[in-house]
Amino acid sequence: MKIKRFLMSNAVPILFAFLCIAGIRLSGTPIATILSDVVNRFDRNILLVLSLIIPVTCGLGMNFGIVLGAMCGQMGLVFVTLMNLTGMTAILAAALIGLVTAVICGILAGKLLNRTKGQEMITSMIVGYFSNGIYQFIFLFLIGGVIHISHKIILSGGVGIKNTIDLSHLQYSLDNLKIFGLGGKVDVFTGIIFFAVFFAACMTISALRNRKFDRNYIIRTAICAVFVVASLIMTGQERFMMAKMLIRIPIPSFLLVTFFCWLITWFMKTKLGQDMRAIGHDRDVALASGIKVDQTRIIAVVISTVLAAWGQIMFYQNLGTVDAYYGHEKVGTFCVAAILIGGASVKKANIGHAILGTILFHLLYNVSPLASQKLFNDSMVGGYFRMTICYGVIAVALMLHVWESRNSGLKEKRGEKKSGKPAKAL
Amino acid sequence: MSVVRRKIREFGMPRIIIIAFILLILVGALLEGQDMATLISDSLVRVGQNMLMALAMLPTILVGAGLNMGIAIGIVSGILGGLISVELGLVGWGGLMFGILLAICAGTVGGFIYSLLLNRVRGSEMLIGNYLGSTVVYLMCMFWFAAPFKNPTIIWPMGGKGVRTTIPVSDFFEKVLNRFLMFKIGRVTIPTGLFLFVFLVCFLVYLFTKSRTGMILRTVGNNPSYAAMSGIHINKARIIGITLSTVLAAIGINVYAQSYGFYQTYEGPLTMAFTPMAAILLGGATMKNVKIRHAVIGTFLIQTLLTTALPVCNQLFPESNLSEVFRIIISNGIILYALTQAGGDRR
Amino acid sequence: MKNTAATPVLSICNVGKAFGENWVLSDVSLDIMPGEIHAICGENGAGKSTLMNILFGMPVIQSTGGYTGKILIDGEEQKITSPEQAIAKGIGMVHQEFMLVPGFTVGENIKLNREPLLSSLASRIFGSRLKKVDFAKISSESQHTLNRLGVEMQESSMIETLPVGYMQFAEIAREIDKENTKVLILDEPTAVLTESEAELVLNIVQHLSDMGIAVVLITHRIQDIKQVADTVTVLRDGKNVRTVAVKDISEGEIAQLMVGRDLDLTAIEKRSGELSGEIALTTKNLVVDMPGEQVNGVDLEIRKGEIFGIGGLAGQGKVGIANGLMGNYPTEGEISVFGKPLKLNSPKDSIAAKLAFVSEDRRRMGFAPNLSIGENIAAPSMVAHNRFFKKFGFFEQVDEKAVRETAEKNIQEFQIKCTGPDQPVGTLSGGNQQKVCVASALELSPDILLVSEPTRGIDVGAKNTVLNTISQINREKGVTVIFTSSELAELRQMCDRIAIVSQGKIVEIMKPDASDEEFGLAMSGERREA
Repeated sequence: MKIKRFLMSNAVPILFAFLCIAGIRLSGTPIATILSDVVNRFDRNILLVLSLIIPVTCGLGMNFGIVLGAMCGQMGLVFVTLMNLTGMTAILAAALIGLVTAVICGILAGKLLNRTKGQEMITSMIVGYFSNGIYQFIFLFLIGGVIHISHKIILSGGVGIKNTIDLSHLQYSLDNLKIFGLGGKVDVFTGIIFFAVFFAACMTISALRNRKFDRNYIIRTAICAVFVVASLIMTGQERFMMAKMLIRIPIPSFLLVTFFCWLITWFMKTKLGQDMRAIGHDRDVALASGIKVDQTRIIAVVISTVLAAWGQIMFYQNLGTVDAYYGHEKVGTFCVAAILIGGASVKKANIGHAILGTILFHLLYNVSPLASQKLFNDSMVGGYFRMTICYGVIAVALMLHVWESRNSGLKEKRGEKKSGKPAKAL
Repeated sequence: MSVVRRKIREFGMPRIIIIAFILLILVGALLEGQDMATLISDSLVRVGQNMLMALAMLPTILVGAGLNMGIAIGIVSGILGGLISVELGLVGWGGLMFGILLAICAGTVGGFIYSLLLNRVRGSEMLIGNYLGSTVVYLMCMFWFAAPFKNPTIIWPMGGKGVRTTIPVSDFFEKVLNRFLMFKIGRVTIPTGLFLFVFLVCFLVYLFTKSRTGMILRTVGNNPSYAAMSGIHINKARIIGITLSTVLAAIGINVYAQSYGFYQTYEGPLTMAFTPMAAILLGGATMKNVKIRHAVIGTFLIQTLLTTALPVCNQLFPESNLSEVFRIIISNGIILYALTQAGGDRR
Repeated sequence: MKNTAATPVLSICNVGKAFGENWVLSDVSLDIMPGEIHAICGENGAGKSTLMNILFGMPVIQSTGGYTGKILIDGEEQKITSPEQAIAKGIGMVHQEFMLVPGFTVGENIKLNREPLLSSLASRIFGSRLKKVDFAKISSESQHTLNRLGVEMQESSMIETLPVGYMQFAEIAREIDKENTKVLILDEPTAVLTESEAELVLNIVQHLSDMGIAVVLITHRIQDIKQVADTVTVLRDGKNVRTVAVKDISEGEIAQLMVGRDLDLTAIEKRSGELSGEIALTTKNLVVDMPGEQVNGVDLEIRKGEIFGIGGLAGQGKVGIANGLMGNYPTEGEISVFGKPLKLNSPKDSIAAKLAFVSEDRRRMGFAPNLSIGENIAAPSMVAHNRFFKKFGFFEQVDEKAVRETAEKNIQEFQIKCTGPDQPVGTLSGGNQQKVCVASALELSPDILLVSEPTRGIDVGAKNTVLNTISQINREKGVTVIFTSSELAELRQMCDRIAIVSQGKIVEIMKPDASDEEFGLAMSGERREA
């Protein structure tokens, strides 16, 4: 019975896990190769996916408008390139530019979403398309056309920037960051040991502070210990050599991601986070109890946009070349699909959904062309297959959401109590 | 003064802005020494070939399902119909009409299934329609790969299977409608047949809205509870409206292709939804009120704007696609404006 | 348990409120002592909710020009201009709709927006909204409040998993948890509860009174008043009809005070001659699942050509009957129209059987707001009888001329104030909208006309037109009318027989000339001994 309930409530991730396993078998690629790619893609995308959580909690649904944030991040990258900055300086400057523009854009988008309550998702989607137009206008015409700059990334005509911008001057500067000689990219086993020890240490410190060593603490520490021991054993063995060589874990980036995960969890326990949860569950009640609904919603959109901007910067510091005009276009769709595959819904999303979803989505993304190459002798079918999955998952999730909210109990009861009539006629 | 102001409000600010913009561009074109006759001829063709797409938005707004963002479903149905006609090697009027006939059949089936899905998600049709549309486009992408077409015009020259990304209809029925009764005023070409056909469809849709079924659709769109109380089967009415919209889009893409000269497969249909949506909104439609003239006026304005802007932009910024950027900003800006006007709960 | 302190905790002195020209509340005075349970009852539109809105400082009062008269709390005059202020002065309110966050625990709801906070480094830098919520304190404090209230409930339970009655407790607990609550206003606290849940809520009300908190209980349910209240105030048409100790008044008298009303309408022509005695409509064990207006087994026999009234207090099921007959809500039982059985749950079949309906919920179900007057009047006939069409072979086209002519005829007959037949109905005034609704029902040329609350929320002129038209149609064309209304005066004036509904069943079928007392008794649910 318990197993059945677990299967039912996690049907989506389980289904996709099976799809991934089937894909890996079909593609015939060594697991180490696939994993090395997935680790990279995870590094690139996780922060973007995490940026979706807060708007969901605040009742805004999936924020397709993170495209806006992605643009802000990209803008930061283009500007630091124009300014000829390099390395970590460039990344920090880009993050700062991204932060400022994302706050402004987030406030504007939040105000717009406050005017279209109940239609936030479609509005945020169109906001994405619209701002894409504005963005292209800025980089195709204003730069060079109005503001005259000469730089190697400007098109030969002097107007507009190039389609692809090389970021080799800052690529991996976060991934490879070393503090006191520590950090940078390490092999997979060292990485696992590092994070297992790190988590165990964090949990122990927190347990010491609260003077609470409960069952959860013991189980979690034990799991960490198992990971450490397993890694120590595997790292010396011949057959794991390939994995050890291929899979490289960027410690600084993953630490940063861990920090953001912790920050989101912490934030949800503050007064602001509690207000957002209340608004997400029932806007009218929140308003009636004196919570500043509109202001809080704007804050949620701003946070999401800023995280997305930083996420996009992390994406490109790993990838190394910016697709200046189309790099951000599908960010919203991909990230929403990822978090949904992880088991989130329009009403509920957490860090677990984001992490699991990003891994599954990118596993599938990685294996489907190869699998289709084997099956149909053509890798393009796999490309279209993953796009079908991507859009299909969103469509199905949204439909499920509408069905569920129609059958939700309390609304109906409230409707009865209010007017003596059902919430919906016939 | 107040009369003037009221007239302006009735006419609508967005329309005034766009008309002013068109005039500005025309003046610019004159100053640059553009060939005005070609510009006007091109605009007329563009207006004609795009109008049915905007008209396809009408039935869904009429039944209260908002803009049909899943119009791509109709478009791929239409392409399928047209390609079968090409595959059979039919040429001229016969080819086009057979293609349209098949498009209507495919559109009916596709639209019917689509409407059944949308009936279950009342209130969120636009968002979900958009994603259903995209899903279907990518499903069809896989189909185009495996589709059993044999005609060398359709399939890739190498490998002998899989549909091309653009399929020229020049050997089959290119500009059949445009050339019918075509004449010239000065150097301006009037594609008479295209407009005759498009207005015939508009007229048929007009007759439909004034029929019993049309009345039922309007009542459902206006107040579903009232309609249910008057003995109207709401879901049936919505099925009719959404299916009709899909069928109109299916016809529309064939009219478009015969004028444009190509069918665009694969991801081509994805971006086609936004301009017609913007067109009908610009024409004056709201989520509550829509008339055929909104589709006609709106298409006229937006397509004239886009057509005339293209050469002017190219003159100003060579080797760029400023007009495409304009299309994105204007279409989505108009849709965004309409969304804020429709309002949600303001609380 | 009555505390006999000298100063009333809350005094309302000559309070009045007008919306424009319309006085919905005038010259109402009452005193409420600490620990007193003071019931306020009255029919819809009697002014109860306006009075509560004034007490709680709702924005709707301020934005329409405030109120007249004085409100004293603990003997001091207070001007309450916002809910926050009302709360600060010690007034708590449990609204008619649930104000609970479904995904939160009971504790989180009790402390909603009043959470105990802990400051942290971030809150010092970024402001107080980044203070941490002290969840441990939420649990302990809210559990303490629940215990104080005497409810056996865990603060950690999720609201959405609770039965409705317990949600009500959570709301009461939230108000009590606010430290200085002296007066608690409960708006219809038992309306959606089952008998046993209602019992529990009433026990808690009693408990609150023992704790020294004054309770204002707004309710339709006379049995609740008898059970717990110390004092009852009856409001009617915005006036305080009577304030009296509950022990000195019977249930029948309360009901009578609520509904007794003078006629303010022109007289309806009396029926000349007798009815034929043919049966137009019968129901057997009619059960209608209309939320808030449940019908639990009604047998009716309605004669051809009569005007049959259905009355009763709000929420007892009177409007459910007509909605069941029309198939608007899930219905069981048997209905036959002129001897033929009617297919249930199908508005289409009901209309085909020549029934026509004017809904009580005009704004939501009465008309299509963006369609013109002409289209609204013609639409039901188009759907049901295929009228207003011209035929062209396969096609049928709307006969715009016929629609226009019909609209103009009706505009004339009903004196609908409008710019012309093309004006959208949504832009008309309430009275004129109602005229359009009646006109469109009559356009169906029904054998049986069902009208529910036809005069609710419309001005006197429109009232007269609507009522006169209904009686005229009845007298001249012999149309049978089923007339549902919460206004007794109207029922007595219009109807040949009046059925009084209570708790979803017919208590009694009465003559219009029965006394107020008899009606009052029937409405309170007591069957007169035969």
